[in-house]
Amino acid sequence: MAKELLKGNHAFAEAAVRAGVEAFYGYPITPSTEFLEYMSARLPALGRVFVQAESEVAAINMVYGAACTGKRVMTASSSPGLSLMMEGISYIAGTEVPAVVVNVMRGGPGLGNIAPSQGDYYQMIKGGGHGDYFPIVLAPASVQEAIDYIGLAFDLADKYRAIVHIVVDGNMGQMMEPAELPPMREIPEKVPDWAVSGAKGREPNILTSIYIDPVDEEVTNLRLLKRWKEIEKNEVIFKEYAVEDAEYLVIGFGTAGRVASSAVREAREAGIKAGLLRPITLAPFPSQRLEELADQVKRILVVEMNSGMMLDDVIRIVKGKVPVEFYGRMGGVTPLPDEIYAEIRRVSENTGPGAEDPRDEWIPRLEKFISGEK
Amino acid sequence: MVATAEVIYQRPESFTEVHTHYCPGCTHGVAHRLVAEVIDEMGLREKTIGVAPVGCSVFAYRYFKMDFVEAAHGRAPAMATGIKRVLPDRTVFTYQGDGDLASIGIAEIMHAAGRGENITVIFINNAIYGMTGGQMAPTTLEGMKTTSSPLGRDVKLAGYPIRMAELLSNMDGSAYIVRRSMHNAANVRKSKKAIRLAFEAQERGLGFSLVELLSSCPTNWKLTPQEALDFVGEKMVPVFPLGDYKVHPTLENLKV
Repeated sequence: MAKELLKGNHAFAEAAVRAGVEAFYGYPITPSTEFLEYMSARLPALGRVFVQAESEVAAINMVYGAACTGKRVMTASSSPGLSLMMEGISYIAGTEVPAVVVNVMRGGPGLGNIAPSQGDYYQMIKGGGHGDYFPIVLAPASVQEAIDYIGLAFDLADKYRAIVHIVVDGNMGQMMEPAELPPMREIPEKVPDWAVSGAKGREPNILTSIYIDPVDEEVTNLRLLKRWKEIEKNEVIFKEYAVEDAEYLVIGFGTAGRVASSAVREAREAGIKAGLLRPITLAPFPSQRLEELADQVKRILVVEMNSGMMLDDVIRIVKGKVPVEFYGRMGGVTPLPDEIYAEIRRVSENTGPGAEDPRDEWIPRLEKFISGEK
Repeated sequence: MVATAEVIYQRPESFTEVHTHYCPGCTHGVAHRLVAEVIDEMGLREKTIGVAPVGCSVFAYRYFKMDFVEAAHGRAPAMATGIKRVLPDRTVFTYQGDGDLASIGIAEIMHAAGRGENITVIFINNAIYGMTGGQMAPTTLEGMKTTSSPLGRDVKLAGYPIRMAELLSNMDGSAYIVRRSMHNAANVRKSKKAIRLAFEAQERGLGFSLVELLSSCPTNWKLTPQEALDFVGEKMVPVFPLGDYKVHPTLENLKV
């Protein structure tokens, strides 16, 4: 198929359609609304299900119900909506049914704004809902990558009976880019043997997240943890650029990672041996690869559109082998390649020991930068 | 002489062979049985998916011999919507108490009715939170003492009992909305007929159906089972009048 000029939210929705999504339940919220609008026309035309729910709370519980039937189901929302959905997400995880949830992240906390952000890293990657569970989190960095990984998201959800989040930011939901859509997949007719469908000629299937005996709950927690260990072993995805001989490693995901790749290219042209590690699975995180690179490089720069959330994971994995520095923009501000290039240059010239918390050195730099911008 | 026996009462096919966890004198067991009998009589068991709530009936799926899911508190109508939309030829019902349906889940139930979701809701109204140990519910009567209204429900501070059947009957998507009571045999029989009509509404694709059942909670009301049933008949019925609040014309002359 040929490349077309596609708007992010529309392209993600169509990719989900082609991956075989049979039902979408959602609630409008900027900057993800076009996802819902697209589905409202597209799914009924295919004889599939679209419901605009009364709230994100209801939407995720509709997803939960439909997920119990073994069908491919999803919702898409944006940060405040995800906060409301966390209840249902925890139940989906606890019941071990597959579902895909897209978060087109925006500035926060609170009502925040509708500009692109990565401030939901903790919420999405560390769980967000209550209890011991482990979501798979994919963070594509272009419209094409999002299209490519939406099909994978459904496959992973089915394979592990798990919740899979796709996190993008408002940039990616709203931007138009040339991209190629995959062919339409057949919807499997076979119902998974655990699904509810009416107990015709078999014993009833019961799907629940309640284990009133603590030991039964512990056995469930252990099953989820062991499944997560399998996921960590098998499903890590990342992209690299110019890391072979890199002395300075930049790490960023999603839009921040994409902007950083331009800055790394510029640094290379200027003779700075910079390289980029861009995790695509934020969970499971590419820890092993980062450990290897930490043995190779002199210094690491983490770039995010938040207050340094992935930074904490990087610090944990690098274990002080080399200094880790941070550059972030918050509140819905997307960093420009020049900003990150200036940071790479600064990092390459810095031979200091690095701060215990890299944010302590970053905060005054950011304050100075913002005062210059205003 | 050859002895013959006629079976006049037995466990419904839609029941599992386990004892319930319900307190002595609680009407949940009777309500469960009525639902099971109706599902048996209509031959729906093998195509039915039940949605259990949070509350005393959280383990309803242990007693019904059919596919079941367990919802979050108040979200059963949303979960049922999710299921029914992808499996429109299955029978989907929720079983919810008053805390679940009339408090935390009031948005989900109102909108399920508003959308005319073709599901059936069995709504147990016993005017109290049972599972958490007898707190005030949205349906608690004025002056009624609970563990969170120890001096009796003061409507000036804690508001008035909410009448769900009346509210839901105003939704255009509702096909069958009635209130019945469980306080004596005659009313139990009427309750069963209503449950039958509610499932008939769904099987005919008429829209949202709900049967509100005034029920007793001897444990948390601190009454004997008989006193609790009397309380339903004498105190609850005047606040929650029994009756047909909305009946789709198709159901009006249906003989069941």
